[in-house]
Amino acid sequence: MASYLARRLIQSALILLGVAFITFFLLYILPADPVRQIAGRSASAQTVENIRRELGLDQPFVVQFLRYLAGLVQGDFGRSYLQKTQVAELIASRLPATLLLMAAGIGCELALGLTMGIVAALTKGRFTDQMLMMTSFVTVSAPQFVVSLILLYVFAVQLSWFPVGGYGTFRHLVLPAVTLGILGSGWYARMMRSSMIEVLATDFIRTARAKGLSRARVILRHALPNAILPVIAMIGIDIGVFMGGVVVVESVFAWPGIGQLAWQAIQRIDIPIIMAVTLVSAVAIVLGNLLADLITPFIDPRIKIR
Amino acid sequence: MKNLLASTALVLAFAVPALAQDYTPDPAAKQGGEITVTYHDDVATLDPAIGYDWQNWSMIKSLFDGLMDYVPGTTTLRPGLAESYDVSADGMTFTFHLRKGVKFSNGREMTADDVKYSLDRVTSPATQSPGAGFFASIKGSEKMADGSATSLEGVKVLDPLTVEITLNRPDATFLQVMALNFSYIVAKEAVEESGADFGKHPVGTGAFKLTDWTLGQQLVFERNADYWRAGEPYLDKITFQVGQEPVVALLRLQKGEIDIAGDGIPPAKFTEVMGDPAQAALVVSQASLQTGYITMNLNVAPFDKPEVRQALNMAINKERITQIINGRAKPTGQVLPPGMPGYDPAFAGYAYDPAAAKALLAKAGLPDGFETELYVYNTDPNPRIAQAIQQDLAQIGVKASLQSLAQANVIQAGGEPDSAAMIWSGGMAWAADFPDPSDFYGPILSCQAGGPGGWNWAHYCNKDLDAAAAAADAMTAPEQTADRMKAWSDIMAKVMADAPWVPVFNESRYTMHGPRLGGANELYADPVATPINFDYIYVKE
Repeated sequence: MASYLARRLIQSALILLGVAFITFFLLYILPADPVRQIAGRSASAQTVENIRRELGLDQPFVVQFLRYLAGLVQGDFGRSYLQKTQVAELIASRLPATLLLMAAGIGCELALGLTMGIVAALTKGRFTDQMLMMTSFVTVSAPQFVVSLILLYVFAVQLSWFPVGGYGTFRHLVLPAVTLGILGSGWYARMMRSSMIEVLATDFIRTARAKGLSRARVILRHALPNAILPVIAMIGIDIGVFMGGVVVVESVFAWPGIGQLAWQAIQRIDIPIIMAVTLVSAVAIVLGNLLADLITPFIDPRIKIR
Repeated sequence: MKNLLASTALVLAFAVPALAQDYTPDPAAKQGGEITVTYHDDVATLDPAIGYDWQNWSMIKSLFDGLMDYVPGTTTLRPGLAESYDVSADGMTFTFHLRKGVKFSNGREMTADDVKYSLDRVTSPATQSPGAGFFASIKGSEKMADGSATSLEGVKVLDPLTVEITLNRPDATFLQVMALNFSYIVAKEAVEESGADFGKHPVGTGAFKLTDWTLGQQLVFERNADYWRAGEPYLDKITFQVGQEPVVALLRLQKGEIDIAGDGIPPAKFTEVMGDPAQAALVVSQASLQTGYITMNLNVAPFDKPEVRQALNMAINKERITQIINGRAKPTGQVLPPGMPGYDPAFAGYAYDPAAAKALLAKAGLPDGFETELYVYNTDPNPRIAQAIQQDLAQIGVKASLQSLAQANVIQAGGEPDSAAMIWSGGMAWAADFPDPSDFYGPILSCQAGGPGGWNWAHYCNKDLDAAAAAADAMTAPEQTADRMKAWSDIMAKVMADAPWVPVFNESRYTMHGPRLGGANELYADPVATPINFDYIYVKE
């Protein structure tokens, strides 16, 4: 186990290095000058060159990248070009909110998606199954902005059951988490359904039923643990999505997440922030997948870690 | 003795600040009250040397002050931290007399040393100020810019309440620059303590002080009880909530949860809001000091031919374009916006006449038109406006393909001398840094700005007009103001004769506030403290 872990961690470090290099390179060759963004429109050519020199952006690519890595190793993500604030501080201020929404959002997705998937698998081919699959299709295709705004308008503005966006209490969390749950449940529903159908057709399930076990016990204790493996892999991917892909939901509900930070940084070519958000997301994805891989042997003892 | 008297008389002749009426306070204004303002974007910084976006511009004005100021809601200068100033006979030396007893928000009294420190700081390359170039007329600024000096030679502290600033050339815009955010006075010890984080921990002499900043969520300004302008500000507290989607902000405003939707009315809701009399009454609309225009790159054929550029000026249907933005603008045919000194209401520009445009193209040797590219920002409503322009051009045989790109990419392309043939500048395109016509020439029409990376996207270079501009800006005496403005009107008319641009419209600013708020309309669409002058608005109750 220890050697497996060590191997995976080294792999993760290499992956992160690769992500850093590729992102840095792409930002470097971008046909848009970050110094011009900082200097603004009325700056003289001298001012622009001064700023370029001060930020070390007149150095060759390799020098800039190595400087950045040197900073990273010491935990320094650099300073935002436009805000001059430490990027680490900017991200740290938004990380708790992002992680909270991620946990709550994935929880809602699973609750809704898995239930829909299991019920659909059990009623396969019948009306319920078809309705559930059509619902999952609709929710997956629905635009984030529209769904968020509708839920906000109905439940917060009109009914006043929840605050109109914001962050701080449990009541603030409910609407955005439920919105994300609805939007993402379709994937889990379909995955769960097909996985469940496959498992329900196996011999050992037939054996379990033949042994006289109750339907519920068969489903929950025998079928579900086998069917859920692909879902766990999906959660790993989902974590990546939450680290920047839900900026629209964050925006509508005024949730101070990393997505908003990244979006603004991209518009303004604030490279230190873009790099940091990419790396933090990469870390989250890599760790999430590592955790998923570590959990699977506990769910399915046939899988061994070597 | 006679010489001394004569020169003293000359100095005194300029000594009286030739400033207009000061502000008569609103009799209905009440002291007290707290308001909430929402914005979508995070506030980047509150450091006056660095902050340069439309969102933090007025916030910084409320936290800091400069030597000069403006009468609220107008473009008229008035004394700021300098209660008076003297100008030498040649117009090159200004002696500012500072007010006594002005306190920073950390309790310390402001002195002339703070003025010198602030000006040295903003012109030092280490600060990376976007506004360093505005101070180019101060003696010693070139040495600051190339790093050979750490202090401005032209700024001298004569005594704790007197600062003498010497220029390297006569500059009629100098007093306006002393009212710009970049020249605002900061407290040295606060800067040294916070370092690069001063933007998050600002310490100034302004009407408000920052008491809380939760990154990504909200900022709180509280009234400076010791503010040197007695009776200001009226509000006790302003809470800025950030990260708020404009459509949601409007819903909250309608619900009464917030007082001002800082990002304005989302275009999608505009007709609905203005169609409801109750809501329309809460909307303030003012023409602001900016112009939207199409640039034509003189380095890209066939835009090197003046007839071609003039023809395109006649081909654009500006009325139709303003309809695309719900009529929130006025078509224009000149560079300067109405309200800017030097604007000429009698100047008609090129009338919309597609037939004449086609004829002019034929005269230029292009009877069958030509192909070209039109660059545009990809944020709504710019692509729609670009399509309207494309259709207008097609009518006279010009086939323009659209390049709809991210803002930074368009700016990059515009700065390259041989690249973007035509660019739609976007709505609030060139907005005045300060209310003077030279700001509409230097950065966007002068030869110097036409170099690589410059904002003169037409790469227009007329050395005669450059010389005329420099001459106009050398007319520093107050009694020359009228002549100076005539000179500028003349320069701008000559620019339009060369037609490097098609000026399209001047967009109006629309601010919606809640029913609790009071204050003259100009304060909600302030031409200088864009858009809201927080120091003078109040809560009616």
